[in-house]
Amino acid sequence: MLVPVVILTLLGLMLGLMLGYAARVFAVEGNEVAAEIAAMMPGTNCGQCGLAGCGAAADALVAGAAPATVCPGGGAPLAQAIAAKLGLTLDLGGLADQGPKIAEVQEDICIGCARCLKGCPTDAIVGASKQIHGVLHQACTGCGACVTECPTGAIGLRPLPQTLQDWNWASPSFA
Amino acid sequence: MGILERLNGGRWGVHPHDDHKRPAADTPLRVMPLPAKLCVPLLQHVGAPAKPVVAVGDSVLRGQLIAAAQGAVSAPVHAPSSGVVTAIGPVTAPHPSGLPFDAITITLDGEDRALEAAGVDDPLALEPAEVTRRIADAGIVGLGGATFPSAPKAQLGRKLEVQTLVINGGECEPYLSSDDSVMRHRADDVIDGVRILMHAVGARTALVGIEDNKPEAIAAMREAARAFAAIRICPVPARYPMGSDRQLVEVLTGKQVPAGARTASIGVLVNNVSTCAAIHRALRHGEALYRRIVTVNGGAVAAPGNVLAPVGVLVEDLLAFVGLKEAPARLVMGGPMMGLALPHAQVPTVKACGGVLALTAAEIARPAPSACIRCGSCVKACPMGLQPLEIAARVRAGDYDGAASLQLDDCLACGCCAYVCPSNLPLVQSFQHAKGTLWARAQQKKRNALTRELADARRERLERDARERAEAAAKRKAARAAQQASAAAPGGQEMPS
Repeated sequence: MLVPVVILTLLGLMLGLMLGYAARVFAVEGNEVAAEIAAMMPGTNCGQCGLAGCGAAADALVAGAAPATVCPGGGAPLAQAIAAKLGLTLDLGGLADQGPKIAEVQEDICIGCARCLKGCPTDAIVGASKQIHGVLHQACTGCGACVTECPTGAIGLRPLPQTLQDWNWASPSFA
Repeated sequence: MGILERLNGGRWGVHPHDDHKRPAADTPLRVMPLPAKLCVPLLQHVGAPAKPVVAVGDSVLRGQLIAAAQGAVSAPVHAPSSGVVTAIGPVTAPHPSGLPFDAITITLDGEDRALEAAGVDDPLALEPAEVTRRIADAGIVGLGGATFPSAPKAQLGRKLEVQTLVINGGECEPYLSSDDSVMRHRADDVIDGVRILMHAVGARTALVGIEDNKPEAIAAMREAARAFAAIRICPVPARYPMGSDRQLVEVLTGKQVPAGARTASIGVLVNNVSTCAAIHRALRHGEALYRRIVTVNGGAVAAPGNVLAPVGVLVEDLLAFVGLKEAPARLVMGGPMMGLALPHAQVPTVKACGGVLALTAAEIARPAPSACIRCGSCVKACPMGLQPLEIAARVRAGDYDGAASLQLDDCLACGCCAYVCPSNLPLVQSFQHAKGTLWARAQQKKRNALTRELADARRERLERDARERAEAAAKRKAARAAQQASAAAPGGQEMPS
């Protein structure tokens, strides 16, 4: 009884020490720039970029595999910030025509199943079972995760409504 | 004023040859008959919009509270006449975008029944805090155009122990004469309002700055202020933008307000003459701010002049009252330099609306812009000492951060640079565009930070939930095991290992 217990304990101890040693010696150093860029992103891991989350997108940016406009949720300001950080030239053509979007619940076909609530990475949808749901404009990143969750197709994305506060003068034409 | 400024004359600003103030300024004040309806906006001030306290179908009286202030910086809204509330919802805002904002629409009954108003015989005997409360309850905001609620401003002045009030009777915008009219016809009200405000703030002196192109107003105000040594009437040279608080403070006190700071930080509080008249009416007569003097002027107006009009009157009703000679090519709310072009005439006026202009095509004609010749006229004209040509070059290239590094934030959007520009460059619009873009960028950054916080909170919550579920399951398992154990050994003896 005692011998196998001792043998297994020693074995476990040895393997543990080896793993601990290996973890220190063969540690993969994270890319600091990628970490900084990941910190600039919305951080919702929504997947709109087609990559596995914000961290993967940041890695792809640093590796040069993705353009500065990779993150639709961050919009033009984020793209500009990334381009400035990585010294990339920026082509906003792909972003400008879309603009920021947010989810909207069509109240007449919402059945109150509350499935979208679970899918939302920022808890932007409020509601309860058998109650009509609503979207908090400020919290919604327009990632569209809820759109696929909805069994009745009641959720769609629409452009962020223009308000007096965020209206801006167009750039004038000089000469 | 530094030596350099003395050497080159310190000539900021512009002086239009014809300020178009007369003959409108010299016509007697008219009272506008009540229109069929009024649309009283909920957001007529800096801060949070007021919250409606009436419902559709309610009858309201003149002076009745219809929307209450929300939060520390806000102002309530009162019914300008009696009638029935017929709608609460979006109407077109007096803004070039033509976007809607919320307003309370009152269909007037024409009887103009008033709520019983309770004034105070001697406001100067009240506690300063009580005076401030009454100013807040009357919904008084800065009527010079900035629309900052007057009560929090007075509180700030008291907190910072401001000793000097600067009363702004500059009214430097061409075409406008509503402040001039207030000073000419209600000088005693203005001076009384100044005394009440001095009492509320705890200030010792008040300097009333009036541009020297308004001799009648200066004479009337001098007469009214004769008995009060603490109030000095100071004529200032007519130069645009003399009515800007920073410029007026510098001319009157010699002190310059630091960039990004309020005038209160150098011990001065600026209030407009119309605001002081409104404070007088609120304290002495218990009258809330629901009407004001509006200048209706411009080449297309048949009988230009000053009109006492209710707040929320539609611009088309106002224009119908004064009559139009021809269809206006452009409608402007405010002055020609800083006013906002209106999308159409079905927009309501607001508390801060000192003028409505109906301009003809000849008045708004503007030659096509050409290239910047780097003459530097705009640098000389800029009252804030900025370099408009350099900022504009950066905005044009899309370098908004570069524009911001040249102190774009300090730009008043007064329009002096565009006025003097020999190349007719749209300088102000480019600055407005850049400011808006920088603001949107900052908003997006805030939004990203918020969503990030929310996502992190959610991740944490999900992990905690999973952990708690696992712990609960383990506990249940342990409880079940203990139960089984005690069932197997009813005698309470321990099982042999």
